[in-house]
This record gives sequence, C-alpha cells and structure tokens, in this order.
Amino acid sequence: MFAPEFDYYRAGSVAEARELLDAHPDSTVLAGGHSLIPILKLRLAAPAALIDIGRIDALRGIASDGSTIRIGALTTHAEIAASDLLKGKAAALPEAAGQIGDPAVRNRGTIGGNVAHADPASDLPAVLACLGAAFVIEGADGERRVSAPDFFQGLMTTAVGEDEILTGVELSEAGDGEASAYSKFAHPASRYAVIGTAAKVGLSDGVCTSARVVVGGLVPAPVRAGAVEQALVGQAVTTELIAEASRKVGDSLDDDDLLGDVYASAGYRKASAHAWVRGALSAAVARAG
Amino acid sequence: MSASTFGSGIRRREDPRLITGSASYTDDIVLPGMLHAAMLRSPYAHARIESIDTAAAAAASGVVAVYTGTDTEGEIAPAPCAWLLPDSGLKIADYHCIAKDTVRYVGDIVAVVVAESRYEAYDALDLIEVDYDPLDAVVEPKQSAAEGAPQLHDEIEGNQAFHWTVTGGGDIGEAFENADVVVKETIVQQRLIPNAMETRAALASYTPATGELTLWNTTQNPHIVRFLCSLVAGVPEDRLRVIAPEVGGGFGSKIAVYPADFVTVFCSKKLGAPVKWAETRSENYQATTHGRDHVQEIELAATKDGKIVGLRATVWAGMGAYLSTAAPGIPTILHGLMLSGVYDIPAIHEDVYGLYTNTTPVEAYRGAGRPEATFMVERLVDLLAAEIGLDPVEVRRRNFIPKFDDGHDVVTGLTYDSGNYDGALAKLLDKAGYDQLRAEQAAAREQGRHIGLGLSTYVEICGLGPSQVAGAIGFQGGLWESAILRFHPSGKVHVMIGASPHGQGEETTFAQIVAGELGVSPDDVKVIHGDTDNTPMGWGTYGSRTTAVGGAALALAARKIRDKAKVIAAHLLEAAVEDMEYDDGKFFVKGSPDSSKTIQDIALMANVAWNMPEGVEAGLEATSFYDPPNFVFPYGAHLAVVEIDPETGHVTLVRYVAVDDCGPQINPVIVEGQVHGGIVQGIGQALWEEGVYDEDGQLLTGTMLDYALPRADRLPNIEVHSTVTPSPHHPLGVKGIGEAGTIASTAAVYNAVIDALQPFGVEGVNMPLTPERVWRSIQEAQGRN
Repeated sequence: MFAPEFDYYRAGSVAEARELLDAHPDSTVLAGGHSLIPILKLRLAAPAALIDIGRIDALRGIASDGSTIRIGALTTHAEIAASDLLKGKAAALPEAAGQIGDPAVRNRGTIGGNVAHADPASDLPAVLACLGAAFVIEGADGERRVSAPDFFQGLMTTAVGEDEILTGVELSEAGDGEASAYSKFAHPASRYAVIGTAAKVGLSDGVCTSARVVVGGLVPAPVRAGAVEQALVGQAVTTELIAEASRKVGDSLDDDDLLGDVYASAGYRKASAHAWVRGALSAAVARAG
Repeated sequence: MSASTFGSGIRRREDPRLITGSASYTDDIVLPGMLHAAMLRSPYAHARIESIDTAAAAAASGVVAVYTGTDTEGEIAPAPCAWLLPDSGLKIADYHCIAKDTVRYVGDIVAVVVAESRYEAYDALDLIEVDYDPLDAVVEPKQSAAEGAPQLHDEIEGNQAFHWTVTGGGDIGEAFENADVVVKETIVQQRLIPNAMETRAALASYTPATGELTLWNTTQNPHIVRFLCSLVAGVPEDRLRVIAPEVGGGFGSKIAVYPADFVTVFCSKKLGAPVKWAETRSENYQATTHGRDHVQEIELAATKDGKIVGLRATVWAGMGAYLSTAAPGIPTILHGLMLSGVYDIPAIHEDVYGLYTNTTPVEAYRGAGRPEATFMVERLVDLLAAEIGLDPVEVRRRNFIPKFDDGHDVVTGLTYDSGNYDGALAKLLDKAGYDQLRAEQAAAREQGRHIGLGLSTYVEICGLGPSQVAGAIGFQGGLWESAILRFHPSGKVHVMIGASPHGQGEETTFAQIVAGELGVSPDDVKVIHGDTDNTPMGWGTYGSRTTAVGGAALALAARKIRDKAKVIAAHLLEAAVEDMEYDDGKFFVKGSPDSSKTIQDIALMANVAWNMPEGVEAGLEATSFYDPPNFVFPYGAHLAVVEIDPETGHVTLVRYVAVDDCGPQINPVIVEGQVHGGIVQGIGQALWEEGVYDEDGQLLTGTMLDYALPRADRLPNIEVHSTVTPSPHHPLGVKGIGEAGTIASTAAVYNAVIDALQPFGVEGVNMPLTPERVWRSIQEAQGRN
C-alpha cells in the first residue's frame, strides 16, 4: 500500500504531455488514477515518472455534431452515466458506466483511463466495441483513429504507442429504429464484469435489420458473438427468437481463451453467458421498438 | 426526561465524531521523534529459513534498525495462547513473534524494519534477502488430520492441537440405533476474514528514564493486552499503560494480542523511541485472525413423528498455523455446549478436533462458535422436516423447549436463563405472513419461479461469564466487569469502565443506564473507557458481554450511589433513612414529595462535605465489580425469503424478517442497528464471503477485489421485531445482542436456498452459495435424476 518512488509531472496540454512522455522513457500517463494508483500501491508497477493529464480541460466532455458523438478521454464514468445525449443515442454506454464500481470510483475514473488500461473484466471495452467506437490517439504524426478490434489487443494491451496519448472516443449516434443496451453479471467484490454483454439492434416493422453483440468479462478482449447476430438479422423479433439466438453465444467463444477464477470458472461463465446476452438483447429491442 | 431515557432510542453520541472523520484512531496519533515499523512477512505457507541477509536494508535511506528472530530471542516470549482447554490433550506450538527457523503461514513475520518514515520502511523490506527452503503445506483441517499430511510442528503429532468432546444425556449410540429416522449432512463452515474497517495498528512509546511504556493499540480488550504484554515483552504491569483509542470495529479479530504488537513494543524498548506499526489492508487479510473454518459431519436421530432423540457430530476445526489468544475455546466451549439449541434433545455427543494448518490463525469472529452450532442444528431440523414430510415450523414446535422463566438445563451441562422459543417463532410467522408466503411459493412454482423460505430459530450463550466457570474451562483470566461511577460537584457524572466498546454504542447506552438508575440526564454522563491508567480492570468487549456484564456492574455501582445519597438526603431533610423514598432523581420523606433533595443537590453536598451525616465519607462515588452468576441466553426466530434463477444460479434475497429477544432494550435503535449488522454478516457467510487458500497455502482472496463483503445494494430492507423476556439473574434483566443476528442469519438464508432448490432434488451446496455453486448443484441433481 506504499507506492515506490516516482517523479510527477503535470501536463497543461496534450502536446506538453507528449513532450513529457518523450523526455521520460519509463513513464506512465495518469488520468483518474483508478487503475494506476492501486497498481503502484501494490508495487506491481514502478514507473520512473507519472505524466498527469488529469487537468487538461480539452480532454473532457461529451459533444455531438449530429451524427458523431465525441467523448473526451478525461470524461468521468459519472458524467457518462448522467448524459442525456448518450442515454438517447448510445444507451449501452451510460448504462454500463453507471454500473462501474461505486459512486466514488465513477466520480474519479475516466473513460480514457479505463480503456487504456484494457482490463478484460472492465465494462467499457465490450460496450465500445459493440457501438463501433473509434479510439482517437494522438502521436507525433497527429491524430489517428483505431477501431475496437484493433485497439484492444489482449489482456492489458492496447494500440496506444509509448509516445502516444488516447484523447477520446467517437461513436455514431443511433439511427431511427436502432438502440443498444448492456447487461452485466458483476463480481460481488470487485464489481468488475464476470460476464458483460453489450447489444445493439436495428428494427424495422418488428424485423431485425442489424445486430451487433459483444461479450466481455470472460475473454481477454471483447468478442463479437457472430452466431447470435446471424440468428437475429432478417428475422421477426420475438422473445423466443432472442432466447434461441442468445444460446448461440457459445459458438463465438474459444474455450482456450476463456477466463475463469476462484469465484466463477470458465465453464460456468460460458454456460450461463446466454442469460446476459438475452438480457442485453431484450433491453435493446425494447428501446429500439 | 430522566428515568424514561432508559429504553428510548436516543441518538448515539459516538456518531458525530465518527461520521465527520474527527475521531482519532491509533494510526492518527503522531508523537515527536516517532519511528515507523514495517513487518517482512513470509511469502511461503511453509518453509525453512536458510538464511536472512539484512545488510542492504540496514544501510538503506532512513532505516534505523532491522531485527530478525535472532534479535528478539530472549527479549520477547512467544505470543501466548490464553485459553487452555482442559481434558483435550491441548498442545500449544510456540508462536514466535518473529519466526526463528521455520515459517508456517503466508504472513508469518520474518523480520522488522524500523525507519524514519513509513515509505522508507517499506522500501527497505524489499532489500532484505531471505533464502527459503519451501516445504509441503496443508490448508484444510480434515486433510491436516489425515495420515501422511505435512507436519507443522515437530513436537505435535498429527497436527492435532486438541481433541475435545462433549457428551450429555442418554446413550448416544442407543439413540441412533433405536431411531426411526436418521438424517446426516457434511457441512463446510468456510473460513471468513473479519475485515474490520480499521486495520490493526500499534504505537509503542518507551521512556528509558522511567522504564514506562505506553502502547496505543487497536484492541477490544486493553487490560488483557497490558496483562499479556507485561508477561511477554517484559514491561512490568505498573509501568505499562495500554490505550485503545478509537477502534474501528473488531468482530473478534482484535481480541488477540498479536506478534506484531509485541514486536513493536520490542522495537520501542530497544530504540528508546516511539515506534508505530500500522498494517496495510493486504497485510490485514494475511495476518489478522480469520474465523470459522470447520468441516462438520453431523447427524440427527428422531422418531417418525419428528421428535428428536439424539444429535451426534464430528468437527474438524482449522486453527491456523498457531493457536491465537482465545482460539481453542471457540470451536469447543462456545460451540459444542450449544448443540441443544432451542430444542429438547435427550442425547448429544460431539468430537471436535482442532488442527494446525498452514494458514492464518483463526480466532473468534462475530458469534464465535455459536453460528457454527446454530447452523448445524438448524440444518438438521430442516433435513428432518424434509425427510418425514413435515413443515419446518411443525418440526421445530414438536421439539422446542417449553417456555421457562428461571432456568432450564440442557444435556450439554448449561442452564439457559429464560426463554419462550415458540413465542418468538409465533411472532415471526405472524409478522412475515408465513402461510401466505408458502401459498405464494406454491403459486410461483407453478409458473416456473423458485422461491424458498428458510427458518432459523436460535439461542445463544453470551455475557461471558461466571469467573469460576472461566477457570474451570481453562480461560486464563476472569470474566467479570467493573465500573466506577463518580459524581462531580455540579452533578455531572463520569463513568469509568473496564470494558472497551469499539462501535457498539455503550457510551450512549451506559449513560442511559445511569439515567435510569439515578434520574440524571444521559447528557450529563460521560463514559470513559479504553485506557488502563484511568479505567478499572475489565476483561474486554467481545462475546456480547459488555452490556450483559459491564452494564450490570454499572447498574450496581449506581445503586450503591443511590444508597449513599439516601443517607445524605435523610440527614439534610432531618429524617430517618428508613423513612426516605427515591423517585426519578429525587429523595424525599415518605408522603412529602414536594420537599426533596435532588441527586445533584446531594452530589454538591457530598463533594463540598460541609454538612455530612456522621461517619459518612465525603464524595459521591462508587465502584462495583460484577461477576455474573450465569451466562445470558438471547434467542429468536428469523425467516429469509429468497428467489433463485436456476438458469444462472443467482440467488436474490427477497425478504428478511427477524424476531430477537435480548430482554429489556436499553436503546431500541442501537439494538436494531446491532441486529442489522449481525444479520448482514451472517448473510455474508451464506452468500458471498470465503477465504480461499490454494493447495500451496497462498491466500487467493487477499484483497477487497476478491473477497466479497456484503453490500447494501444487494440486501432487502431487514424487518426487525422483538419479544422481551428478562434474564432472571441480571440486575437489569438484559441479555446481549451484538452477535445474535450473525448466529441466526446464515442458517436462515441457507435453509431458504435449499428450500427453493427442493424441486430439483438438490441435497446440499457448500457456502458461500455463489451462482456457480447453485447452478452446478442443479446440474448435478438433474444428472442424478
């Protein structure tokens, strides 16, 4: 519970943060601190320097140009959970953010820090993958945008390079007849997702026109449940269809990849994941209809 | 205003300082020149220490000293076990405060660093090089007893710390042979980790010039700490002052006196400077005592009509690597003697094997032995009900001990004080609407929903206890309590008590006792505790004994004051003492209540002593030592209602209804708070909590990310009711309430889940009832059928 010694720098801008990162090879970016500080206190990491980007106001906030929503990397889970814009146009995201940890965590933890940490049991990777988010990364050559499958490279590993900073996340607004939802089995202690599923569906006259289902928590990086999606698209959506389609989630899960622990084994997680898929799909369909 | 405050739910005076963060805990105390200690703890569950190199640590920035077991040899004795369980073959392994040549659990202290700052102390820990030779470990008590198990202590064969038995009533073998029905089960009372909000800490300050040492310590019993510390660390009791400042919960884990406390004292003595040690939360998980950890094989014999004829059990109790201060008494005296529960059971036999394992030592944990006993009995009664096809209510009623007001003997040798068990159950069924709930359960099953109802009717032993009994059962101390009640000239009161409340609310309820006895406002009474230099001797706050024993001492002190005040009042009113009457803080001559002396008038006169009766000493102060004639036996009936989702195994606690009887309630709001907290801790065992070691003895649930404590958002509103049956032998009639909820609730929730699973044919599931365990039990039952 006592962090090893490190130097601390506070950046006033993204450019300055990048300069500091460049100047201090063994450094780590500090945002809300909810992933990094516990790791330091447990002495699981010992960076020589922390570059604090927490007060760069330009990285905070949620805005839309009418089709694309941009969420600054420093936007807190609480701000996301409370956003009417997101509730209307990307409902799965505030729904997930509102289930992270507890109020103290949500008031400090940020979307950028969360996804840059890439804990598989975290809620947001699956949601952002489902919503087709683009991750905006700033580096020496300017901004680049990376999709979720390319961003989440595995356990605690992302596409953000050593001298780069994740500045925000972009989402498309849900169109007419589209909606999303998140359904989660929370670990009773950590509140991380034992199983987390995000679903986005499009409906037209009761027929499913599009479906994207992403599972997190039990896999090292978010996994699209293609078999579930295929079972839905083009079909008239009923409770029975959702249940039946949800059961196909196992087809998309590779047994060798499944995560298990002392609380919930990989086998159990796989066997019961369909219930959470069904929960997310049912909620998304209800919203879309 | 005054007398009526006894029994009213006035607010806890403790709360403002606690909820505003202005309370001062051990780690908040800063002394000039204070140094900081950090303990190097073993990462292995079982290993020989081949060598320790402390040179780099000793040379590190800010480091003042590094000590190992070689340095403490002859300076501090092993940490003592103070419950010498008789007739059990008790074998106490030396618990060296710093391990000498072998470590026996992850967390055993190997060295201590003392540095100018805490960060420097922790940095230096990383520089100590220890060469370990790992040995095989054993973590589970029944496996520890098995042939060929790794042996922890050379001198203790088979890892067996003790073998204790209780036998009572008729011949147990005959009872089982002649029974119509026998039901059996194996229960794992999983290891629990207490998780007091404040982790443990000690601050020792030695003054070489006087040889005096003050120890601030997170403890439930500062007088015991002083007594044991004087014996272990060689500071004479008259030079040793132990202060328990604000203590942030204990639940039993702050009864023990720990190696780290003695090591901190050693460091301060050695260095002649104040030394503080405060554990981290991770250290707390590893090194502060755990609770429960039993494997229980239990069986019940009965007639076909559901009348119990015998109960038999074998328990393997994991004690950890060493015996903690009070540990041997927990799975034996506080457990086996309660196996009759609320029932008339004519024959009982239990064997309890205490086993050393390569785990953190186990101690009392809220309920301490009684939850494990209640669970056994309440499971067996439900199994019997299922076996013979009767409602669990009916089987309980056929076996209840009938209502009694003044003593009932059970075959384990205890005499319960008073009880009306069917009365509590009847109230519970009425408040909960039991028949309606059963109808709803049946209707839900028709719709494919799975609701379960679980009962737990319990009695517990608390208010420990008669000191003569303490001696007979090997407890190396007394179990009385004391109080000094002192009136100041202005009529304000100080109460000094030997017990040491740490969140239970006695600063409030003890003021209410004084108010009830002497008619003062509780606001005029300050309750002082937790400092051995300014409180009388007492044995501490645990086992729901503070009000039951210390409260009695205070009431008797108040009555002594009243007697003396009456003599002074008679003198001032120029009347004969025998003509005096007392009512609500006023003394007057019979028939003349208008001409009276208040207790405050008398306090002033006694303190100035201008006009005292002949032969009466100045001052208005009384001391009382109360040694109870018997234990007290609170009881009650609880009901849990759960719904399970068979598809995922998730359990939702839908309703919880409790009826508890702790006798007259001094403050019903505080009683309700204790009931709430107790119930929630018991629910935690049923549904969420489990300390898990892997086979190498590594603690897998060593952080709050892994160990699931109860959270408010997963609990229903707890419905609390009560009945009132005074204890016949207690001056105020009161019994304890601190642990009752925990003792009852684990079994209620467990029974409810098994009831919900009944359509699937599930027989038993280990706790905690995680979704996976419940789901697997259904899968396995469906596989069988």
